[in-house]
Amino acid sequence: MMAYQEEIKRAASAVPDSAFVAYQPSQQEAEPELPRALSFLEDSWRKLRKNKAAVVTMILLLIITCLAFLAPALSPFDPNEQHLSWKNLPPKWPGVSIDGLNGTTLFRGRRVDSYELAKVPEGQYFLFGTDEFGRDLLSRCLWGTRISLIIAFIAALLDLSIGIAYGLFSGMKGGRTDTIMQRILEILSGIPSLVLVVLMLLIFEPGITSIILAMTISSWIPMARVVRAETLKIKQMEYVQAAKALGASNLKIALSHILPNISGIVIVRAMFSIPSAIFFETFLSFLGVGMRIPNASIGTLLNGGYKVFKLYPYQMFIPAVILCVIMLSFNLFADGLRDVFDPKMKEG
Amino acid sequence: MPENVLEVKHLSVSFDTYAGRVQAVRDISFDLRKGETLALVGESGCGKSVTCRSVMGLLAKNAKVDGGEILFENKDLLRQSNRVLRSIRGGKIAMIFQDPMTSLDPTMKIGKQIAETVRLHKPVTRAAAKQRALELLALVGIEEPEKRYHQYPHEFSGGQRQRIVIAIALAADPQILIADEPTTALDVTMQAQILDLIKDIQKKTGASVIFITHDLGVVANVADRVAVMYAGRIIEIGLADEVFYDPRHPYTWGLLASMPTLATDSETLYAIPGTPPTLINPAPGDAFAPRNPWALEADRLVEPPLFPVTETHFAATWLLDERAPKIEPPENIALRARAFREKQSERSAAL
Amino acid sequence: MRLFYMALTLFIIASVTFFLMNALPGTPYNNQDRLTAAQLEMLNKKYGFDQPLFQRYINYLKNLLHGDFGISLQFSDQPVATLLAQRMGPSIQLGLQAVLFGTLVGVFLGVIAAMHQNRFLDVFCSLFAITGRSVPNFVVAVLLQYIFAVTLNWLPIGLWNDGFRSTILPTLALSISPMAESCRFIRTEMVEVLSSDYIELARAKGMGEIRIAFSHGLRNALIPLITVLGPMTVSLMTGSLVVENIFAVPGIGEQFTKSILSNDYYTIMAVTILFSALLVTVIFLTDILYQIIDPRVRVEGAK
Repeated sequence: MMAYQEEIKRAASAVPDSAFVAYQPSQQEAEPELPRALSFLEDSWRKLRKNKAAVVTMILLLIITCLAFLAPALSPFDPNEQHLSWKNLPPKWPGVSIDGLNGTTLFRGRRVDSYELAKVPEGQYFLFGTDEFGRDLLSRCLWGTRISLIIAFIAALLDLSIGIAYGLFSGMKGGRTDTIMQRILEILSGIPSLVLVVLMLLIFEPGITSIILAMTISSWIPMARVVRAETLKIKQMEYVQAAKALGASNLKIALSHILPNISGIVIVRAMFSIPSAIFFETFLSFLGVGMRIPNASIGTLLNGGYKVFKLYPYQMFIPAVILCVIMLSFNLFADGLRDVFDPKMKEG
Repeated sequence: MPENVLEVKHLSVSFDTYAGRVQAVRDISFDLRKGETLALVGESGCGKSVTCRSVMGLLAKNAKVDGGEILFENKDLLRQSNRVLRSIRGGKIAMIFQDPMTSLDPTMKIGKQIAETVRLHKPVTRAAAKQRALELLALVGIEEPEKRYHQYPHEFSGGQRQRIVIAIALAADPQILIADEPTTALDVTMQAQILDLIKDIQKKTGASVIFITHDLGVVANVADRVAVMYAGRIIEIGLADEVFYDPRHPYTWGLLASMPTLATDSETLYAIPGTPPTLINPAPGDAFAPRNPWALEADRLVEPPLFPVTETHFAATWLLDERAPKIEPPENIALRARAFREKQSERSAAL
Repeated sequence: MRLFYMALTLFIIASVTFFLMNALPGTPYNNQDRLTAAQLEMLNKKYGFDQPLFQRYINYLKNLLHGDFGISLQFSDQPVATLLAQRMGPSIQLGLQAVLFGTLVGVFLGVIAAMHQNRFLDVFCSLFAITGRSVPNFVVAVLLQYIFAVTLNWLPIGLWNDGFRSTILPTLALSISPMAESCRFIRTEMVEVLSSDYIELARAKGMGEIRIAFSHGLRNALIPLITVLGPMTVSLMTGSLVVENIFAVPGIGEQFTKSILSNDYYTIMAVTILFSALLVTVIFLTDILYQIIDPRVRVEGAK
């Protein structure tokens, strides 16, 4: 108790007698200045930058996309040009003498210089090796990535447009139309999409267009569902009700109020649909119903590589690594975007 | 004076947030006596829950204890291993949560949730634990315990669920029961029943209770002593009668004035002006000063210590310093005080 | 009602496949160039291709109802139903093994990740999950085959003749996607569950973190896992097409790829319908299971 009294005395002695008067708020206390509100895009970009994986993969994707689209300029060879005498050459890098990158092959327990055997002129390097027809794998990988990416981008774009149109319409109309449209979706989603795609490909001439069309047939469904669910939610919001009360047409509400508000979720979904389109393309080509040889896509490269992979594993593994890097980058980037735009979203 | 079962000394807790370090609890001290009910009162964010979570050792991951000690059975709870804390938690100190709708595992039979707690703290057989769980269910007033033992939480109403939560808290005969706003989520009739139940249980078991609430009406019903918290500090503490009828801190005046009573005839309820301060880098002086119409210059300069009013009643305001000008408390508070003093003198006259 | 939609879905799928198959270019006979017009006509008569399309459609649907999928045009005129029945076993075995193994490992990793939220083990598990999602299972299959069969020679390269040993690699390859899927799913669920009030209550009871995670946490996180059963089945079916091919497993998937490459109409249709039926059933069961298991859902349903 004594110590306690002391404590009070000590605190009291710190206060001058003159302070025991009613407090007069003489000067207005400075209100702390609020930071300027960030725009939606600025804010998203700030959040995205904090996610290291997303930033790294975004840069990686930009590089890969650039490389792929500059393929015509960058490829050292025509991707379909055959040099039958130079077939199945392992990768050879200038100045590198690690087995596997120096142009040698293990043959009956001995390393032999395949380039010498094939009488490849000195100074001629195939960084990724050549395939069974003596085509340069580096060039084929560049062109293949290009085709796979084109397919994926267009497919994602189609998903996006069909999904948004269907979802918005269904959500805005509501009532019977909505119910019927939802039933249709339910039935469609019972179809194993892959089997359907394979069937479609058997009927169409194989090629970029048919692959894209076949994939789009089933892949827009999840997008349509998300868009519809969001539309229904936003439709209930007061500002939409207010716009309606002011006489805005359904179309105007959909375009100027709902679409901007679901853009985040839609972007995230579209980002996820790109890797799944790439997967489908490679999968189909790997099965032999996708892109037809000699056209290179990552899938056909994998398919070709698989046929000889016990003898020349690099022919399979190089495209496999490229595929994995692309897939991983897209998935990680999309994950990053999802955290920014829609942290609450679980897999829909 | 009964012995202390729990002593909190100079406890300070802060949280790391994006905006900065929030000093949620700043140098608070109090004792809990055997068999008493101590109410911690204050508006949301004043640090009352954080204080109790420190006692339970259940602070969030971004919380940091900056100093102080919590003494229980001669041990400082802030410096015990997880193992020791686990045996105390739920065993000797138990907690009742705010929202009965979400504090029970929806996928587990309620009987099992009670029996599980019994078995965590007592070396008994499954059958004995079940027996004990059934007794507890009966004790907290659940009818047909045998049948209800096998039901899931969603088959119970909010009030019944809170009874079950209480049964879980009682499972290991705790010495201290911490009730964190146990009636806030319930409707008014339920509130009264649950309060009665807690009082009843306290009588039967002799446990000490820390009762956290922002509702002074609830406090008046249950508490032996009351501690009023503001901005992470205890600004007034005393016997329930003292705090209710003879409050000294302007914040307590505000709180009491904003409490509706049958006696108040004014149509509008009083509201304390302004909002509680943020606790990131709090300004010097009394945190309540900016909202305090009776604030002194001193309140702005130096944090007031807890001045003794009586042996049991303390308040942290410079108004209690001998140099301070005499200030009349607001009318309704003065009325309360007068009534209280009359009552006391009557009582002493009767003795 | 649900049953009606299931049947409707299957009916639509059967019809669509039928007409799609008939729109296929070329004939299903693998030596058609050498066939004379008379021979062609005879074959068409034998397989019923001389009848009008609509008549064949009706016949096909009728037969379907009796469980008759027609006869395989490629594989020595066997009834498709018999052909597929023989191949059902390995596919089911592989599928079940992969789901079991994948889900167990995935759930375990997901729980670990959630318990160490944002720390090393979490990053590690999440990275593993996202890799599993990104790397196509046929790449995994080839890689496994190359490492464990070709290079190390520990396990058979393929074929289905070495009992359990020959199932290990294909199972592993197939289990990657359920593993990744369940790991990610359980992590998200667990993070949410672990921050709920009843977990806090369990802590207040004095329960240890590990016990909380596995008894109260997992219990609540596992229930929504049922919802990914549908997508999981799809990815297994997809996976089985290539994985069975790579490891030469005599299953449905391998049969399907073979039939695609040889225009074996009835087999393709039968597999399509089989897969659809499986998927529709799984979706249906998922709904029902979810309603039975989760007391909360039951209540919401009643409201």
